[in-house]
Amino acid sequence: MEFFRIRKDIPFMKHALIFNAISFITFLLAVFFLFTKGLHLSVEFTGGTVMELAYKEAPQLEPIREELTKIGYQDAQVQNFGTSRDVMIRVPNREGVDPNAVPAQIMKAIEGLSASPPELRRNEAVGPQVGRELAEDGALALMLVIFGIVIYLAFRFEWRFAVSAIIANLHDVIIILGFFAFFQWEFSLPVLAAVLAVLGYSVNESVVVFDRVRETFRNSKVRNLTVPEVLDHAITSTISRTIITHGSTQLMVCSMLLFGGAALHYFAMALTIGICFGIYSSVLVACPLVMWLGVSREQFIKPQKPKEEAVV
Amino acid sequence: MNRYPLWKNLLILAVLVIGFLYTLPNFYGEVPAVQVSSARATVQVDAALEARVEEVLKGAQISHNGLFRDDTGLRVRMSDTDTQLKARDALEHALNPNANDPGYIVALNLLSASPQWLTRIHALPMYLGLDLRGGVHFLLQVDLKGAVEKQLDSLGGDVRSLLREKNLRHNGVSRAGNTLEMRFRDEDTRTKARYAISDTRSDLQFTERSDGSDFLLIASQTVIAQRETQTDAIRQNITTLHKRINELGVAEPVIQQQGVDRIVVQLPGVQDVAKAKDLVGRTATLQVRMVDEDADPNSPPITVDVFPEMRGGVQMPVATKKQVVLTGDRFVGAQASIDQQTQQPIVSVRLDSAGGRIMRDATRENLKKRMAIILFEKGRGEAISVATIQGEFGNQFQISGSFSTEETNRLAILIRSGALAAPMAIIEERTIGPTLGAENVNRGFHSTLWGFVAIATFMIVYYMLFGVVSVLALTANVVLLIALLSMLQATLTVPGIAAIALTLGMAIDANVLINERIREELRAGMSPQAAITAGYDRAWATILDSNVTTMIAGVALLAFGSGPVRGFAVVHCLGILTSVFSAVLVSRMLTNFIYGRRRKVESLSIGTVWKPGV
Repeated sequence: MEFFRIRKDIPFMKHALIFNAISFITFLLAVFFLFTKGLHLSVEFTGGTVMELAYKEAPQLEPIREELTKIGYQDAQVQNFGTSRDVMIRVPNREGVDPNAVPAQIMKAIEGLSASPPELRRNEAVGPQVGRELAEDGALALMLVIFGIVIYLAFRFEWRFAVSAIIANLHDVIIILGFFAFFQWEFSLPVLAAVLAVLGYSVNESVVVFDRVRETFRNSKVRNLTVPEVLDHAITSTISRTIITHGSTQLMVCSMLLFGGAALHYFAMALTIGICFGIYSSVLVACPLVMWLGVSREQFIKPQKPKEEAVV
Repeated sequence: MNRYPLWKNLLILAVLVIGFLYTLPNFYGEVPAVQVSSARATVQVDAALEARVEEVLKGAQISHNGLFRDDTGLRVRMSDTDTQLKARDALEHALNPNANDPGYIVALNLLSASPQWLTRIHALPMYLGLDLRGGVHFLLQVDLKGAVEKQLDSLGGDVRSLLREKNLRHNGVSRAGNTLEMRFRDEDTRTKARYAISDTRSDLQFTERSDGSDFLLIASQTVIAQRETQTDAIRQNITTLHKRINELGVAEPVIQQQGVDRIVVQLPGVQDVAKAKDLVGRTATLQVRMVDEDADPNSPPITVDVFPEMRGGVQMPVATKKQVVLTGDRFVGAQASIDQQTQQPIVSVRLDSAGGRIMRDATRENLKKRMAIILFEKGRGEAISVATIQGEFGNQFQISGSFSTEETNRLAILIRSGALAAPMAIIEERTIGPTLGAENVNRGFHSTLWGFVAIATFMIVYYMLFGVVSVLALTANVVLLIALLSMLQATLTVPGIAAIALTLGMAIDANVLINERIREELRAGMSPQAAITAGYDRAWATILDSNVTTMIAGVALLAFGSGPVRGFAVVHCLGILTSVFSAVLVSRMLTNFIYGRRRKVESLSIGTVWKPGV
């Protein structure tokens, strides 16, 4: 089987401006939603209490809300998740209330509302200082990834490649965050892990293309190619690998979406978006950026030392 | 020709065999067991205990499937959970006749059902995290400033008795923030006092100041000593937590320092969350103070502190001096018992030697006066015992009064467990029910399995024999990754399972790179053998680069992540390492076995190699 029967190099670079315009608009939209809607941060970041309850029969949510308001939790969120028999309750932290005492109090209040009391499947109570630290650590991890990758790529390739790769892939990260802001999906620690993993993963995509670019530049047989032609050639010759690899990873991620349950749902969501935009940006954004930053063949061919001749 | 030297083949095979061996225990599942471990340092789990357990079980007519003893305890395998519960009750009853002072911890546990020879080579199943097996997780914040203050409180007691011993008169020794203020009438005494103190303590720095007619000597801990106090405080708190959790009977508790001032407590399989929290979260610290007999507790002067005392359901205020005679870390033990003469319930208390010295001085001077033991919980003090000093005593004494047996039991536990060196508060709590844990394992397993099947099907259809090689390499990758996780006993969590799945999804990249490269070389007209060599060689640089960048992200997550992120990062990083090994070396070895020995290869089974213009 062969999916990719490409006779000539596809002229990607001709349309570079369009690709970049599209990604710039998506990027702006993502930033816009991040600022207007903000991320729906999980309890791990904001502090507060989350409880997951499993009922024998689907409960009415309204009486639970009323009961919670009665005991003083007006700001509690009550919602179904997974099935109609599973209920999730979130209570934000408040001054003077010990978040650790909340679950017991709530369980007592809502016990009598259903024929058989619900089973407390999971609860999590996080103090405010933990959340702040997590956010800081997340930011630090992101910085470390960016610097690490830029330094490595600058060392292995050239600074132009490093800068383009990181710009293209950071824009993926912002777009993932934009999706989470737009749909108000819950941004939890596993999602953060997924975002950072995507960053490493899509840089790896750029690296594969760049590798080809370098190889083509060094190849003495194709010396007559212009820079855009070299880039086109590199992208075209790696495109089958790009699609197959990402397709395989996506197969695995789909499997997580289907079978992974609530615990892995948003993790897999973040990966899906990351993979789709990762292909796009590392191929169609990073390469034009490299071109505009002024890459040329000379940067890859080591200057040959003039032979020292001696006459005896 | 494509051949690996013999040593390289053997090496790869050896790694695979070892990997397979260490993966095995994960397939055997678990059986219920009862675990007996020592609750006190003086109690040992030895052959005698093993014989006794055997005897108890025989007496109760409970059959078991084997006893295993190691440094941490004795484990008895059971056939089902009913017998497990029965055995636990029987052993608990027989080994701990006095429930208040247990010598052994008898806990329910799960043991790997893998055969003994595997256990002997330390091949254990992966260590499942709380979100996979259910249990409680606490994160405690230790108040390190409080530790330094407490240290100064007890230093105050030491200094007072030292000055008394040296006959140096002072106008008061009190703690102000994290300094200790000593007031003297004249400069000469102050100098003498300073030398006397610095002779016995080398961890202090002094400043001198005058305040009205008083000559002040201000002592504070040096920075190094403060840091030491703080590390000691954490260590002491961890020890205390161990003691408290022993009372819960948890099979494999995890109590670890995290960061500078945090302690993580994980109690797998604990069902009674309320009790666990009560024990772990008890932030009590103890102080012994003298009651100020002259002060009126209802309108107290500023020189005293007033604490409530609960007696027979009535709250009575007690006025005590601000000076702290002793702090809780001087208490070594406390036990509820019955006085031989009066038949009254009492609590007998033991102090360490320094505490004993201080107590001797204090009791000599305060004979027939009252002494209060104050328990501080969440910043509030409560007098748990106010008793008249009947005689001079040292490091062993008894607290008597009109106590009931219940009260003495409670008091003993409070004193025993009150020895926290610094106050702590629970800042994070997580409970995962056991059914949810099992479900998470199931879901994680299924998502990985079906993802794997999908990838394998595609690879074989698309790349034919080379696809089979890639899938075998991917299988080797899973085996090696699970083996590594089992060997390191790294904690596997839900994000960890996600990382296994994701790593597999990404690892196939290397094989796709290689296969595509080989196709490309064939397209360019190379001979099959040369195409294999060129394909592997040229793909290698790309594989290295792309894995290093992924690894950078993994390491960053490992360095800054905590909790779930860390669990993800560990597996992710290990997965990158195993995937490079299996995708490059294992798959090359297989390819060599298939094609490398043949003198003449007409074509490679790598799917369609489409050539433009044909």
